[in-house]
Amino acid sequence: MPPAPRQPEDHRDRPALLEARGLALSRNDEPIFGPLDFALHPGEVVLVEGDNGAGKTTLLRVLSGLLAPTSGEIRLAGEPLTLARLSPQVALLSHANGLKPELTAIENLRFAAGLLGTRPGLSPTSALAAVGLAGYDDVPTRQLSAGQKKRVALARVLAAPVGLWLLDEPYANLDRAGIELVNRLLENHASRGGAALITSHGAYAYTSGTPRRIRLRGDADAGAGETRAAARASTVTESRA
Amino acid sequence: MKPGSTLAACTALVRRDLTLVWRRRGDAANPILFALIVVALFPLALGPEPEQLRRISIGVVFVAVLLAGLLALDSLFRADWEDGSLEQLVLSPHPLSLLLACKIGVHWATTALPLILVSPLLGELLHLDPALRWLLPSALLLATPLLSLLGAVCVALTVGMRRAGMLLALLVLPLYVPVLIFGAGACDAAQAGLPFLAPLLWLGAALALALVLAPLACAAALRISLS
Repeated sequence: MPPAPRQPEDHRDRPALLEARGLALSRNDEPIFGPLDFALHPGEVVLVEGDNGAGKTTLLRVLSGLLAPTSGEIRLAGEPLTLARLSPQVALLSHANGLKPELTAIENLRFAAGLLGTRPGLSPTSALAAVGLAGYDDVPTRQLSAGQKKRVALARVLAAPVGLWLLDEPYANLDRAGIELVNRLLENHASRGGAALITSHGAYAYTSGTPRRIRLRGDADAGAGETRAAARASTVTESRA
Repeated sequence: MKPGSTLAACTALVRRDLTLVWRRRGDAANPILFALIVVALFPLALGPEPEQLRRISIGVVFVAVLLAGLLALDSLFRADWEDGSLEQLVLSPHPLSLLLACKIGVHWATTALPLILVSPLLGELLHLDPALRWLLPSALLLATPLLSLLGAVCVALTVGMRRAGMLLALLVLPLYVPVLIFGAGACDAAQAGLPFLAPLLWLGAALALALVLAPLACAAALRISLS
């Protein structure tokens, strides 16, 4: 069932979609994460692992440009990312789904399509079908379950014409079929030449065939703020699927 | 892979916000009811003498509209903040200030415009001078967008706080004072038979300035609130 892993070298020669150099964030002199150095090339899916409070969500907010890092720099497709100039190349799925409960699933996706544009050949309806919610077009989002809302939010990410996905806990609230769906979406995105950074605190199974190539040890500060050395121990370890 | 046009984004945002207002249309009447009740309290407290009410009518209508607008202000970004769609707005590839200007515009059209439409009725409740029947809504038409724009900057600053209501009022009301002085001042001058155009022109000038600057300030404030 799991598709055969592709050769990661395929896209290696292309410039990194996302590059972090010495990226670190601290709040009130307490290090939250970093310094981190890693690059995300087209076709790669990177998993950020860490315990609760390890700073996974914060890392994603920094990478998306919502939060300025304390030190270090982020480059998106070679261009430095600044707070003032957010790149149109990133789609973020955060804990708050960004869906309007009063609107139907399709209305939410149509709004996102207007705001972000659409991937060629993918209408809001087909994006909804792609996440297994065909026929839910006119159901108010309020009436959907937490897992179904997550799927609608995933459909929004899927339909956005961007190369880089930043997914915060994409597996949360999803059933087994939903987890497989996320893996499949990531797999397809990577094969299109996209890249994704996903977080997980490890409670959800990445079943066989998870299309990750690099495992980013994001548990930088297992005891947040203990020592700088512990934070420095966070490294990028590569593992072939 | 190219993002959609900025015009499409603004259209989508305006359509979505209008749809949301329509889905919650029960709430839309609240500012009007609030202003009506506030205005109705004055004859009850001061007695029904028409002369006395006429003297205070302009000020009372202005303050009632201003307070109703203040109460409605909190809803500008609150829901978007809670469900995470504000984040998506900030992350969109389009100029945030332009998107926010659209949001403020829809908010003004759905909260302040109805108040302007009922302002002749509010005036009637207080025996407003019939000569001011058209001047009062006109002054409000210039003043309320200014109130919305100034208020939006303060809402953007406080949206991350849990109980921002009182703080918002303390931030916003001092900024509203000049608007109140010029708006009510124009009507007062007209009632006294004095030239009233100058205060209205001042309001117009301030509005033109706020239309350009407030969305930029609002965008900067929202980025701070979100980080």
